[in-house]
Amino acid sequence: MSTTMFLDFEKPLEALYEQLEKLKQVGKDGEVDVTDTIHELEEKIKAKRAEIYSNLSGWQKVQLSRHPDRPYTLFYIEQMCTNFVELHGDRNIADDKAIVGGLGEIDGKTYMIIGHQKGNNTKMRQYRNFGMANPEGYRKALRLMKMAERFGFPVITLIDTPGAYPGLEAEERGQAEAIARNLFEMAQLKVPIVCYIIGEGASGGAIGIGLGDRVYMLEYTWYSVISPESCSSILWHSWDFREQAADALKLTADDMFSNKLIDGIVREPVGGAHGNPELMAKILKDHILKALSEIQFSSNEEMIAARIAKYAAMGEYSIQDNIEHKDKKANANTETHYNEAIAQGQEVELYEDGDLSEDD
Amino acid sequence: MSWFKRLKEGISTATKNKRETPDGIWYRCKQCKHTTTTKEVQKNFYKCVNCDYHIRIGSEEYFDIIFDDQTYEILFAELRSKDTLQFVDLKPYPDRLNEAYNSTKLNDAMNVGVGNVHGYPLVVACMEFKFIGGSMGSVVGEKISKAIDFAIENEAGLLIISKSGGARMMEAAFSLMQMAKTSAKLTLLAKARLPYFSLCTDPTTGGVTASYAMLGDINMSEPGALIGFAGPRVIKETIKRDLPVGFQTAEFLFEKGFLDFIVNRKDLRHKLGTLLELYLKNRVRQ
Repeated sequence: MSTTMFLDFEKPLEALYEQLEKLKQVGKDGEVDVTDTIHELEEKIKAKRAEIYSNLSGWQKVQLSRHPDRPYTLFYIEQMCTNFVELHGDRNIADDKAIVGGLGEIDGKTYMIIGHQKGNNTKMRQYRNFGMANPEGYRKALRLMKMAERFGFPVITLIDTPGAYPGLEAEERGQAEAIARNLFEMAQLKVPIVCYIIGEGASGGAIGIGLGDRVYMLEYTWYSVISPESCSSILWHSWDFREQAADALKLTADDMFSNKLIDGIVREPVGGAHGNPELMAKILKDHILKALSEIQFSSNEEMIAARIAKYAAMGEYSIQDNIEHKDKKANANTETHYNEAIAQGQEVELYEDGDLSEDD
Repeated sequence: MSWFKRLKEGISTATKNKRETPDGIWYRCKQCKHTTTTKEVQKNFYKCVNCDYHIRIGSEEYFDIIFDDQTYEILFAELRSKDTLQFVDLKPYPDRLNEAYNSTKLNDAMNVGVGNVHGYPLVVACMEFKFIGGSMGSVVGEKISKAIDFAIENEAGLLIISKSGGARMMEAAFSLMQMAKTSAKLTLLAKARLPYFSLCTDPTTGGVTASYAMLGDINMSEPGALIGFAGPRVIKETIKRDLPVGFQTAEFLFEKGFLDFIVNRKDLRHKLGTLLELYLKNRVRQ
């Protein structure tokens, strides 16, 4: 356990672990019998951990979602599949390393599995571009999904990204178009799609492989339109309000489920997925198979109609009564807000720039 | 007491009177600083008469420019944003909404109108940048969704005029889901074999670009418009060097192959009429 990284809110655990290590050393030296004390301490750690984890804030869950020991897509694939062949390249520009995908066999059946991939050390993190895909990544994902459709294989996507890469080349090659195209095509894909947020679910980069018949979040993950840090910087004009931003965004699995924006939550082992990755992979595998078995329609058309209806229902608005429905007849110079604006000044700054919207 | 004395009034015209020139009001171009009357600008499709700079305008101006006889009907005006998440940053979201209602007299960042262009029916969903930066929240998504249903029911074409800083953060994940919602609904329009035109205007960024703005059967833009996924500042911070001149402009996207053409605002109506005729005159129903 000495290599484990403790997050700031896990500090009480770190102290207990240190004690435990020392105690074990004493036991090894053979002077005193410490078995009972060790057992006691382990129980104490277990209780403390349960206590800490039962009451996590949004920001703490964001930290857990980014824990460097957390399992990533390729680990889950390795654990879940008896057979897996990774497929590469978008057939146009390159092979994106931040999104991986391929055909895998789970319990005797073939699936197309696609997910973001982060690295486990500094070198690999760079190689994987920290899980931030370029347009090629989204286009590779689309290529694989279309292939899955042709062969009738269900699609599983595992999402874990701090965002689509905001780089120069990404813009040149159409980052926005790539994500938009995926949303459009996934809405009509003739095979079942199940999506899992396994870490970070940041905005367009996440939803770019995240439109499906069922969308789930692992317990200690987040999913929203912007990261708490960027949200803080834009709305609070400072980087220091990430905790408040995390709360305000309602980005945890519990919030997302109660707002009916996801279909369910996958519980993680106490201490998070990184505490017991193998167990997590087993839980995930069972969950995926169950979720897919629940997608039962008499035709693909019905499945697609239900998928679109699910997204069409997402959105909260109210209806204002007594609205005059304006019928506007030929009259070019009616009092529009343009005229109102210019009526007040000479050097008119007609339409000022707004600054309250997200741009990454 | 003072050792100087003004012998006669220097400036004798009251400021109030000074303004009363024949056309009264002046417009000074943001881009070339050329000054002209607003009436001239208005006649020139709200563009600078000197440098052709396309001034940012609202939905009603576009509707007047686009529709036959400037006749159209506004749809879905009754939809209002709701603060489901009880979002508070420096101020509560309802306060921001009220400020926006009061200062803009608009009901959200999207206004939908229906009318004819060259005799062909067209639904136009136009974003309003003045309303919280043209940000996309649930109302924007729902209006697009309803506009698509309306177009299918009435066998009309659809034009979405994008003008947005991206998603509305105060609606967080609801706002994010509008990307999926609008894209999914657009597939229904495509299946009905009705054309969707996307007009990107300055600026079109973030989640709007990464959903409906890039999904047109025809993608077009006004000259000089900023169009991108990430904002220029974010990209600059990421790559830690200056961005090339003209990066993320309409002309840049056109050269990279993401736009079918760039359309001057004075040609917009005619272009739409031509396209509608090409698509709808010989439309093959399913």
